[in-house]
Amino acid sequence: MKRLATMALAGVMAAGPAMAELVIPDLHYRTGPYAAGGIPFSDGYQDYFNLLNARDGGIGGEEIRIIGCETAYNTERGVECYESTKGEGSLVYQPLSTGITYQLIPRTTADEIPLHTMGYGRTSASNGEVFEWVFNYPANYWDGASVIINYLLDQNDGSLEGKDIALLYHNSAYGREPIRTLEILSEQHGFELSTLPVDHPGQEQGNQWLQIRRQQPDFVIMWGWGVMNQVAVQEAANIRYPMDQFIGNWWAGAEHDAIPAGAASDGYLSLNMNVLGDLPVFDEIRAHVHENGMAAGEGNNVGTVLYTRGMYAAMLAAEAIRTAQEIHGVSEITPSMMRDGMEALEITEERMEELGMPGVGPAFEVTCANHGGPGMGRIQQWNAADQEWVTLTDFIAPDDSVIQPLVEEDSMAFAEENDIELRDCSM
Amino acid sequence: MFYREAGDFKTSYAEDNQTFPIKFDRYRYYVVLAVAVLIVPFVINDYWANSLLIPFLIYAIAAIGLNILVGYCGQVSLGTGGFMAVGAYSTYKLMTAFPWMDMVSVTLLSGLITALVGVLFGLPSLRIKGFYLAVATLAAQFFLVWLFNRVPWFYNYSASGQINAPERTMFGMAVTGPNAEVWVKYLFCLFFVVLLAWLARNLTRGSIGRQWMAIRDMDIAAEIIGVNPLRAKLTAFAISSFFVGVAGALLFSVYLGAVEVGEAYGINKSFLVLFMIIIGGLGSIFGAFAGAAFMMLLPVFLKIVGVDMMGWPADIVAHFQLVIVGALIIFFLVVEPHGLAQLWRLAKEKLRLWPFPY
Repeated sequence: MKRLATMALAGVMAAGPAMAELVIPDLHYRTGPYAAGGIPFSDGYQDYFNLLNARDGGIGGEEIRIIGCETAYNTERGVECYESTKGEGSLVYQPLSTGITYQLIPRTTADEIPLHTMGYGRTSASNGEVFEWVFNYPANYWDGASVIINYLLDQNDGSLEGKDIALLYHNSAYGREPIRTLEILSEQHGFELSTLPVDHPGQEQGNQWLQIRRQQPDFVIMWGWGVMNQVAVQEAANIRYPMDQFIGNWWAGAEHDAIPAGAASDGYLSLNMNVLGDLPVFDEIRAHVHENGMAAGEGNNVGTVLYTRGMYAAMLAAEAIRTAQEIHGVSEITPSMMRDGMEALEITEERMEELGMPGVGPAFEVTCANHGGPGMGRIQQWNAADQEWVTLTDFIAPDDSVIQPLVEEDSMAFAEENDIELRDCSM
Repeated sequence: MFYREAGDFKTSYAEDNQTFPIKFDRYRYYVVLAVAVLIVPFVINDYWANSLLIPFLIYAIAAIGLNILVGYCGQVSLGTGGFMAVGAYSTYKLMTAFPWMDMVSVTLLSGLITALVGVLFGLPSLRIKGFYLAVATLAAQFFLVWLFNRVPWFYNYSASGQINAPERTMFGMAVTGPNAEVWVKYLFCLFFVVLLAWLARNLTRGSIGRQWMAIRDMDIAAEIIGVNPLRAKLTAFAISSFFVGVAGALLFSVYLGAVEVGEAYGINKSFLVLFMIIIGGLGSIFGAFAGAAFMMLLPVFLKIVGVDMMGWPADIVAHFQLVIVGALIIFFLVVEPHGLAQLWRLAKEKLRLWPFPY
């Protein structure tokens, strides 16, 4: 009898620490008009955490528990997902939707849970003095717009004087983000900017492309997502708009965006913030996760542009957890420790190599004042014959002299509107 | 046994005309109200309030509003989302232009502004009916969303084109904004629901309601017996839009906090509210509540059963939800056009005769 009690007690003791875990919510969308982008991203995000569980037993000996929640890219469903998962001890939210991000910024700030919007969301959140709980490293939309213009400057011998540039954008908070930056850049560099909104979900673009056909702009920049991208590439092909003058942002540059237009999409350009092609870590994911039947989704997206980006997002979160564990000396961290970890995050080339993903993104450091990272992006081009993206340039830096004042202005306006006291980052 | 008229004597006209003629119903109503006001605020947590109760209350207002127009007056409308957007943008403009104004006035004023817009778009209903009216209101839906997207004045020239509800307090408690306690938000919405449901119930059984129903059942006959179709139809549009506007305002200011018009108030919202009254029951206040509760509960129920208990992939469950809602709508239209409200009515009828049905 006594032995049974001891055994039971031992069982409880053994089960006790195993119960503690790191909770990662995944607000994914595998349905609706944006699922084409949502599925590979979520697959990459979940597979990487599953890899850490299967190979290393989690992070710092702590198992990771992923809670999935379907948002269908809908803000109301996103809020519902947030409310239903925040009580589980969620460490960081990555909703992959600018609309949901705007909903979550005030909520996560009030609940003190970090929000990481990698390459999307509210650009001015990169000002850590105002947005204590929001991070958008390693790059944001204004950086992206600036990188595209810098690339075009480079291609046109340093001058865009008198050029005509059209912005084709998703008519939502997401698509409107780059307009301010592009307007300022157009004044600075003397190009003509015209804006063409496309309404959700983006299947109907006949009018916009008719206008492009009439106006014949020198370049078309696209801020698109979901089904809008495929339709735009197809429409561009229909009016025989030169593909190498058509540039998408990093959410408009996945394989499935260009494939439907067939050979006509050859030469289409887009931004990317990651590396293309195979990485050593993919083999590990295949060996430890997929072969054990734990693949997220169908398991057929490994190595695609958005899969890599989802895995990259997971890697940044995992590294932040590790940093937080080191700072606080405990393995079971809380959301506020996670925040400290994200703010002290440092990604180096060596570390990325160690993790089996050399050069997957830029090397950067997050600081108290700068939650935005370096903002670098590279340009890639679609090769329709081989159905693959080809990297054209190395990482291009944005023009910080334009972005910084804008970030300052917008974040200060937000601080004033919401009575936020600025944090002191000088210490 | 308990549920019967016998022994409950009415000695005045007022008593004879009351909403709940059966004693048991009357008490049940007060018990529900007492639980909602005195108990629920103390026990709700963030999750239950934010994913179920608050949206349920808000959509109940919208469903009552649409039910007045479609269920009582017989004028089909697909413009609900657009009118909700009018309420939301009015609220935003009022909140930012007059920061001293309290939220009750802001919400009611937004309702009034929506009523005006509703009357404007209701004018075609005097000449066109049925399908054609549905198309005209559909045009209102698209036009209004386009307008709020297109004219920067509506969103105060913000770079993102979104509107954000600033924090407003009542009696020292935050009602809007991220720091508002859920029970405050809940009580705020409940106040409007009780007020507006009471108003709707009494309007629909008074002379205006009878005029609406006369128009619904046969407009020419109604005209012959002296109902003014202009007045009846436009009051239906005005009052319906008032309710829908209040719902849109609350959805923005209390529930969502930040809104992008095309997404939050798109055509999907019009259909959602229309489905609520079809499933709940056309021409019934209770039906509006039942439909709103059903449409709010179904996704959460499916998620709990499908994802949490059965462990199915979330996307399959999300797809199933669409299938189930579609099947239910066809089912209700074919089998029980009066919706859940009629089932409730039948149940009550059976209950009255129990245990000796004849």
